Amino acid sequence: MNRRAATLLAVLGVVLAALPAFAGNYLLSVATLILYLAFAGQAWNVMMGFAGQLSLGHSLYVGVAAYVAGGMFFHYGLGPWAGLWLAMLVCVLMGAAIGFLAFRFGISGVYFALLTIAFAEFTRIGFDHLGWTGGPGGMFLKVAQRDQIDLANFRGPPAMYYYAMLALAAGAFALCAWLLRSRAGYYWQAIRENEEAAQALGINTFRWKMIAVMISSAMTAVAGVFFAFYYNNLFPEQIFHISRSIEIILGPIIGGVGTLFGPILGAAVLTVLADGITELLAAFGWEIPGIKQVFYGIVLLSVIMFLPNGIWPFMAKKLRL
Amino acid sequence: MNALLDVRGVSKSFRGLKAVQNASFTILEGSIYALIGPNGAGKTTIFNMVAGVFPPDSGSIVFQDKPINGLRPDQVCAAGIGRTFQIVKPFAGLTVLDNVVVGALLRSKTVSAAKSYAAEIMEKLGLGAKRDLPASSLTLPDRKRLEVARALATRPRLLLLDEVMAGLRPTECDLMVEVFRGLNRTDGLTILLIEHVMRAVMALAQHVGVLHHGEVIARGTPAEIVRDPAVLECYLGEETEV
Repeated sequence: MNRRAATLLAVLGVVLAALPAFAGNYLLSVATLILYLAFAGQAWNVMMGFAGQLSLGHSLYVGVAAYVAGGMFFHYGLGPWAGLWLAMLVCVLMGAAIGFLAFRFGISGVYFALLTIAFAEFTRIGFDHLGWTGGPGGMFLKVAQRDQIDLANFRGPPAMYYYAMLALAAGAFALCAWLLRSRAGYYWQAIRENEEAAQALGINTFRWKMIAVMISSAMTAVAGVFFAFYYNNLFPEQIFHISRSIEIILGPIIGGVGTLFGPILGAAVLTVLADGITELLAAFGWEIPGIKQVFYGIVLLSVIMFLPNGIWPFMAKKLRL
Repeated sequence: MNALLDVRGVSKSFRGLKAVQNASFTILEGSIYALIGPNGAGKTTIFNMVAGVFPPDSGSIVFQDKPINGLRPDQVCAAGIGRTFQIVKPFAGLTVLDNVVVGALLRSKTVSAAKSYAAEIMEKLGLGAKRDLPASSLTLPDRKRLEVARALATRPRLLLLDEVMAGLRPTECDLMVEVFRGLNRTDGLTILLIEHVMRAVMALAQHVGVLHHGEVIARGTPAEIVRDPAVLECYLGEETEV
């Protein structure tokens, strides 16, 4: 990292840290959403961007973690700090099971992606029939007292959620930066680029792909727990839906798959522009349902056509970072 | 000298096709052994069995007095056998240096140790100036060199070279020959060469094995091999009175 990059990062850090001081609740909720998507995108990027394993079913981990931690809170009053570990454990086990099945039996590429969709889908259907979580009627967590902070149960004003998400996103960034420079990062990238050559160089490809899936699912589980305690309502139909998985992966794809800043930049560009356009159209009196999805499609198409490596590599070059 | 690699009576069939039949040969520690033969003779099949891509149907492969048949490619590499691919497989999205670092990590405790060892290997192979280029930008001779550098970075006792000279011009080929001769002389590296380019075989190999229809039909020094009637027959056809 050079000095320009360090300066920019410092400025960004200060702006983000000071945001709740001058931003209203709406702006804060947009910023929280961006950070949430950046975090989940970072988690997905470990699997796809680093290790080259395409998951189109990351909503599985978001949903399962949200229901595990949410359910512990709803039924037993157990706060998210304890529920988080259980949620992570369950998600890692599920990721390991999917990874084992796929990698043991040589399922790769699009077939692996299909497998991840299948697991997310049948989990959704399963949760529709699960009484403990309220089935299709959903599960509702007690809504927060917005004026006081209850850290033990993770209830509080929007600024608390914002700071929590900011810390998580920063933590995920640091973790990924470290992973990428470690032995794991080299091995994952080798597997991504050419698995046969990677194995010929002594890399146990099965083991390292499993590690990528497990780290990715554990990180996504954290996003899921946050989701449960931030939105307070969980429906299988929504949380496990494939559009949730797509939403997670759009950020890194548009920002730059396999890069550290890509997921953050992509999430910011998508959310700001999509919300901005929706607001703008609303100001003119046009309420067009589904306009966000149309917009996502246009952005995705243009990035694929003009910047196939994503926005970040292009921007980094232009800014000489 | 001790036998480093001992291939004992290995056979391999693909469906009905007997690709390799009861092939045996021994590579002495510190030597350069070339396996030659016409197209379809089973050279690459033997190579793949040694490298752990698939196990032999019968027979055994012994490396440093331990059987290695049935091991996975990564286990074979960890045992001390490095390999190159006939069709080069660079990690295209990584820099040239990072390609070699991946190999060097196998026997390095830290990433920084792997980096300095990788840089050393690249100097040896004349890739030092290209270390920060993406591997995808390399020319074919450089890609072949990279393939060798990556395999060497795993610190093998035995290096398997699969047609590493194919597609190189004679001058480039001679440069590669010099590299391997240097590695063999100064580092005592044992090399198994599968090669079509006789120029390289004659210059490098101390022992040659000739495969034909999956069987080893001749063994000897390069000078003996080129006079062997069986070898001449398989390459040029039977001698006939005119």
